[in-house]
Amino acid sequence: MAGATAPVSPPGAAIRPPRERVSSWPLVDRIFYGLCWATGIGLCLIAVWIVLFMLSKGISNLSLHLLVTSPAASLHQTQSGGFKDPLIGTFIVAAIGIVIAAPLGVAIAAWLVEFGRPAWLARAVESSIEMLAGTPSVVLALFALIIFSQGFLSFLSQGAAHGALGLSFFNAGITMSLLALPLIVAVTREALQQLPARMREASLALGKTRATTTRHVLLPAIRPSIASGVVLGMGRIIGDTAIITLVLGVSLTNEPVGHTPVVGYLRGTGSTLTSYIYNNSPAGDGNSHEKAYAAAFVLLMIVLALNALATRLAGGGQAGTDNGRRRVRNTLLAYARGGATS
Amino acid sequence: MLAAARKHLRGRTGAASDRRAERTLGALGVAVMALIGAMVVTVLVKAWPSFSANGLSWFGPGGEVDTELRHMREGIPLPGHGQLYFRAWPLIWGTLITTLFAVALGLLVSTLAAVFLTEFAPARLRRALEPVIRLLAGVPSVIYGLVGILAIAPWINEHLLSNARKQSVIYVVQLNGANLTTGTVILMVMIVPIMIAITANALSAVPNSWREGSVALGVNRWRTIWRVSLRTAWPAIAAGTVLATARALGEAVMLAMVSGGRAFGANPLDGLTFFYEPVRPIAAQIFQESEGLTIPAVKHTVYALGAVLLVSATLLSFAGWAAKQPMKRYGINP
Repeated sequence: MAGATAPVSPPGAAIRPPRERVSSWPLVDRIFYGLCWATGIGLCLIAVWIVLFMLSKGISNLSLHLLVTSPAASLHQTQSGGFKDPLIGTFIVAAIGIVIAAPLGVAIAAWLVEFGRPAWLARAVESSIEMLAGTPSVVLALFALIIFSQGFLSFLSQGAAHGALGLSFFNAGITMSLLALPLIVAVTREALQQLPARMREASLALGKTRATTTRHVLLPAIRPSIASGVVLGMGRIIGDTAIITLVLGVSLTNEPVGHTPVVGYLRGTGSTLTSYIYNNSPAGDGNSHEKAYAAAFVLLMIVLALNALATRLAGGGQAGTDNGRRRVRNTLLAYARGGATS
Repeated sequence: MLAAARKHLRGRTGAASDRRAERTLGALGVAVMALIGAMVVTVLVKAWPSFSANGLSWFGPGGEVDTELRHMREGIPLPGHGQLYFRAWPLIWGTLITTLFAVALGLLVSTLAAVFLTEFAPARLRRALEPVIRLLAGVPSVIYGLVGILAIAPWINEHLLSNARKQSVIYVVQLNGANLTTGTVILMVMIVPIMIAITANALSAVPNSWREGSVALGVNRWRTIWRVSLRTAWPAIAAGTVLATARALGEAVMLAMVSGGRAFGANPLDGLTFFYEPVRPIAAQIFQESEGLTIPAVKHTVYALGAVLLVSATLLSFAGWAAKQPMKRYGINP
C-alpha cells in the first residue's frame, strides 16, 4: 500500500519542472508573468518609499525637545510645543484596550474551540465576533458615545448637562478593546485549532478536566501566538484615529478631572499621536507639517517595532525555519481576518 | 450503583469546576454577542428620526450635504424643509466609487502579487516580500493620509492636473490634488495586504497533485495557475475581496484627509475630469462631523450615516461567510 502512493511534495512548494523557459510561452502568458513580477517589485518599492520618506521627514523634523514638551495653542511653530501629552495618551489608551481585550479574547477563543456547546450558540458568537471585525471604527465610536454618555457611567468620564460627557481615556480605551478583540480571538482560535489532538488526549487520559487541560496544557503551548496577537492588537489600537477623535475628545493637552491622582487622569480628555497628526495635517486645525511629520515618524517607529515583535513572537524563536515561517504567515492571515477596520 | 459512583467520582475530580469554567467562558462570549446586538439596536434607534423625517429620499440626491449640515448646526432649517432635511446620495455615491475602484484595482494587484509570492518569486525575494506586506498592512491610516496629502496630492496637482482642466469645472468645484484618484490609489494600497494574505494562503492550499497533473500534460506554469490554482482558490479570493470591501467602506481618516475638502459627488459625465474631482465617503463625513454631535439634528443625521455603514458591513460579513463555503467542498479550509 505504501509503495503504491507516489512521494508527495510538501504543500506550497513551487513546481519547477525542468527545462521550462518562460520565453517559450505564448505572448499573453509572458505578459501576465511580467505583470506578476511588476506588482511584486512595485509593492516592495511602495513600502520602501513610505519608510524612506517618513524616515527623511522624521529625522529632519524630530528633536528631543518635541518629545518632552506639551502641546500649546499658538500660531507660531516655535511656541506650539511638542507632543509629550499625545505620546503618553497613546500608551494609556493602548494599555487600557489591551488589558481588557487580551483576557476576554483568549477566553472567548478557548470557549469556541475547546467547549463550543451548544453548537448554535458558539456559531452565533463566532459570527458576531466576525461582524465586529468588519464594523468600521467610526461606528464603534458612535456606539460608545451613546453608552458612555449615560449618567450612570459618568464615573468613567465627567458629568455634563445631560448624563455624562462620555469623553475620557477610560472610554476610549474600553472602545479600543472592541477593536483588538476580534484580532486576538482570531489569532488564538487559529493557534488552538492547529494544536495536535494528541496534546488534548494525553492530558484528558491523565484524568484532567477540560478546563485544566485548556488552562495548563493548551494555552501555555500557544503562548507565542497569543503574545503576537496581543502585540498586533496593540498596533491596531495605536494606529486608530476615529475612536480617539470621537471618544477621547481631542483636547490639546491631557486634562485630568478632579484630584484623584491616576483615576482623575484617566477620567479626563486628551489626545494621542494619531489625533495629533491629524490635527497638524493640512486637514486639521493646527496645520504644521513639521510637527505632523515628526509625530508620524514616532508613530510609525512604534508600529513597526510592534510588528517586528509580533513576527518574532509568532515565529517562536525559530523564525528561519519552515515551521516558524508558517506560523508567521498564519498570524498575518488572522490579522487580515480579525479586523477589517482602520 | 456504578453510575452513581462514577458521578460521585467525577464530582470529586473537578467536573463541577469544569462545568463552571465552561459556563463562565461561554457567558463572556454571549456577553460580547449581546453587546454587538446592542450596538446595532442603539445605532438604529438613534438614526431613526433622520430616516423617518426624510423617508426613502434620504438615500436620494437633492442638495449639497455641506449646506444641509451647516443649516442643522446653525439651527435654521433650509427654506421649505424640516430641521432634519438631509439627502445622502453624494456621500453614498462617494463611498460606492471609492470602494469599487479601490477593490477592483486591489483585486487585480493582489491576485498578481499572490501568484508572484507563491509561484514565481525566488526564495530570497519571497522572504523580503512577506515583511513588506505585513508592513503595508500595519501602517496606520493617518500616516497614509499624511503621506497622501503632503506628498502625493501636491504631486498630482502639479504634474497631472492641467490648468485647462481646472478651468473647465471652476464654476462647479475647485480642483486640487486631493481627489478621487489620490483617495482610491492609497485605499488600494491599504486593502491589498489583506487580499494578498488570503489569496496566497488559498493558492498554497491547492493540492500539489492537481497542479502537477496539469504541468505533466504539458501546460505551462502560468496556464496551470490560471486554469487550476486560481480556479480552485476562487472562493477564497472572493472572501478576501469581501473583507477588503468592508475595510474600504469603513476607512474614514485617510479618505477624510486626501479625498478633498468638500462633500462633492464626483460626476462621471465630466469625462476624465471625473477622476480629479473631490469625493466624500460616508465614513469620512462621520469622522469630520465629530464636533457637531451635541446638536440633536446633526447627531441623528450622523447616526443615520453610521447605521448605513453598519448595515452594509453586516451584509458584507454574511457575504464573506457565504463566499467561503464552496472551497470546503474540495476539503480545503481557506
